Amino acid sequence: MLSFFSKPRIRGGVHAEEHKAITATQAIVRSFPLPKKLYIPLQQHVGKPAEPLIRVGEQVLKGQLLAYSQGLISAPVHAPSSGIILDVNDYPAPHPSALPIRMIVLETDGKDEWLTVPTIDDPFQLAPEDISLRVGAAGIVGLGGATFPTAVKLNMGRENRIDTLIINGAECEPYLSCDDRLMQECSGQIIDGVRLMLHGMETGQAVVAIEDNKPQAFMAMQAAAQPYPSIKVIQIPTRYPMGWDRQLIGYVTGREVPVGCRSSEIGVTIHNVGTAYATHKAIRHNQPLLSRVLTISGGAVGRPMNVEVPLGTLISELFDFCEVDAKQTARIIMGGPMMGDALPHTGLPTVKATSGILALTANELKNTEEQPCIRCASCVSVCPAGLRPLDMANNIRVNQLDAAVDIGLKDCISCGCCSYICPSNIPLVQYFKYASGEVAARQQAQHKSEQTKRLMESRTARLERIAQQQREEEQARIAAKLERERLKAEQEATA
Amino acid sequence: MMITTSKPNSGAHIGANRSVRQIMWQVMLALSPATVFGLWCFGWPAFNLFVITVSSAMMFEAFCVRLKGRAAKPVLMDGSALLTGWLLAMTLPPWAPWWIGVVGSGLAIILGKQVYGGLGQNLFNPAMLARVALLISFPIEMTTWANVSPLFFAQSPGIAESWRITFSGLENLDAYTGATTLGYIKTEFSQNRLLTDILKNYSATLNFIGWTRGSLGETSTVLLGLGGIWLIRQKIIQWQIPVSLLLTVALLASIFHLIDSEHYVSPFLHLNSGAMMCVAFFIATDYVTSPNTPTGQLVFGAGCGLLIFVIRTWGAYPEGAGFAVLLMNAATPLIDHYIRPRIYGRDRQGKPLEIPKP
Repeated sequence: MLSFFSKPRIRGGVHAEEHKAITATQAIVRSFPLPKKLYIPLQQHVGKPAEPLIRVGEQVLKGQLLAYSQGLISAPVHAPSSGIILDVNDYPAPHPSALPIRMIVLETDGKDEWLTVPTIDDPFQLAPEDISLRVGAAGIVGLGGATFPTAVKLNMGRENRIDTLIINGAECEPYLSCDDRLMQECSGQIIDGVRLMLHGMETGQAVVAIEDNKPQAFMAMQAAAQPYPSIKVIQIPTRYPMGWDRQLIGYVTGREVPVGCRSSEIGVTIHNVGTAYATHKAIRHNQPLLSRVLTISGGAVGRPMNVEVPLGTLISELFDFCEVDAKQTARIIMGGPMMGDALPHTGLPTVKATSGILALTANELKNTEEQPCIRCASCVSVCPAGLRPLDMANNIRVNQLDAAVDIGLKDCISCGCCSYICPSNIPLVQYFKYASGEVAARQQAQHKSEQTKRLMESRTARLERIAQQQREEEQARIAAKLERERLKAEQEATA
Repeated sequence: MMITTSKPNSGAHIGANRSVRQIMWQVMLALSPATVFGLWCFGWPAFNLFVITVSSAMMFEAFCVRLKGRAAKPVLMDGSALLTGWLLAMTLPPWAPWWIGVVGSGLAIILGKQVYGGLGQNLFNPAMLARVALLISFPIEMTTWANVSPLFFAQSPGIAESWRITFSGLENLDAYTGATTLGYIKTEFSQNRLLTDILKNYSATLNFIGWTRGSLGETSTVLLGLGGIWLIRQKIIQWQIPVSLLLTVALLASIFHLIDSEHYVSPFLHLNSGAMMCVAFFIATDYVTSPNTPTGQLVFGAGCGLLIFVIRTWGAYPEGAGFAVLLMNAATPLIDHYIRPRIYGRDRQGKPLEIPKP
């Protein structure tokens, strides 16, 4: 408890131009026209992809289960609206590569007809395990971008007897304001979701942490949390990446999560405000996760806004709705400008993890003209993980990936602070992502070759064993033959 | 509507508005008050030397870049060669002949920087490397300190005379030159004189302003100090190196001055020197050749301070800043190897932290 009073230290970080006001001051648009077709990926979460249980041509209702969760860490997918299943096939993924992944294509019928399901009167009468089950069945995943299945996290929290639930309302990425708006407009529902989560995890206290650049959201949340002494709403400094779970845990509780551990092992679990909102809807109204609020912003957007869209909506339709100027658009980014990925085109669906889509003009982008590193060490001072990006980049440049791993490549969180601050415009995060991928590929290749070697060795051993067996049998046969001949000779001799 | 964009790119798509060129220009801006003052104090010959040094630095840079088969203009535009030439000119005796500037620039750019592979690759501070090489090779020219003879004063050399000074050397040397404060103290110590006697004519105020003999741009404590503080405020340099350097010198000087005030110069005299300010704020803080962690920078600054004090006090040279910085430059990779930031979730050795027991 003392750690709440001592002022915790924030390590590294940057303060980028926010660009939030333009969307944060308008109400969430809830009149987005229902798209004709929805492209629903079977994997919108960390873990195993969901397994479809519908057939092509089948009629489905809004909220109906389309694909069920498979394995321990997975999440189901539901129909965001009513209509007919057109296809279950591979379509380009909302990923920088736009490589095809398995998706369900739903042609909407415009009726938006709900599947009728009974709701429960008092969810606090439910067993804590039931909360997790219902949250899992609703397909809820971490909506801050991590997309880890929420039910699994609730279970881990309960099993580890955590003492603090942190609700992440930092929203530290520039441009994005969907969490801000959600907290302003739906604070009651979010707080209810937080109470349900506390019940589901059997945890005593929750701390809602909101960056101090969102005073309205803070006031709304504080008012909503007033009746519940177990929920505390606090303001935290505005400094990217304040929303990094480890940074937030450190700031709120003063604890540090050891490498290789989950935060629940040190008694803390962290959920996003959007996840709390989705939990409220799932438990109180028995509605699975079908839509989300996301920010459409950037210099090329004619009508920047926060808008609620059904999952599976193509970005191109969203851009039409928000009047994005195609000529001005220099880069399309899914997520925020610090950690988000650039998308190659707009023919890709929005998913559970999509917190925003940005259409940035060339002026807003960082200069890409790369210059030599002058060792200014700005990257070292902004790194929240305590790494030395310049040395790692030097190692990677000469292909010494093991050396880069030795000095902390695997501890990089890709927050982008180093790339942001670099005066020489070196794409450091790009280097690190490349190197991590390459290291993983090499390990896999090595694993494969070891496996092959092991198989080869066991085959040789097996063949050797068989040959040995044959030799032994041969010898036994010869011995028997000799024995027979000896006996025969003896018999002849006696006869 | 379908929009397609090229260049898939990860990580920070936006950036802080600070480029290498802007950093270099801000450093030059911070240097300019002291430079302008120095040029005014030492008149047209100093101006000639400054222009020659800076322009030959740019020419050597262009030459090397062309040798590598790359376009020279974009590299020159980053301002680093200009800054190296500028810093070197600041540390030369103001009336030094033209070839000192040219040879110095050649040493700084070619031997100090380009042979290592250009910007960001060098082990030693190019300007200091050149200055030390010049001092060892041409001790007479490098220790001929012109009297203060400001521009537009009657007894100061005019433009025509300045050309003669720069290109064919001074006649009647002694009439125009003398010793720097530190040099004078050193010589007088060897005559077994005591400090109170030696410093009879010393004026702290004039040294503070910079109205004294010394290197072209290194006479004014106040202008260089203010320039340096401005750089820290602009977040171009960190406070660690200047503070630890100056504190170390002050501490050591205080101790020895308290023990024997007749043979050890007071800390105020040590710190009231443009050269000390220049080294602390502009030379030792060079990004390329100093450590990249705050703790490493503290160690580096303290090391520089220690060496400066040792060389000034017991060494053969009256001023030891160049040698001190070069020695500490050589130690920088070692400092960076041993002093590293602690990685999140790991201990200082890089092992994962233990899970705290509830």
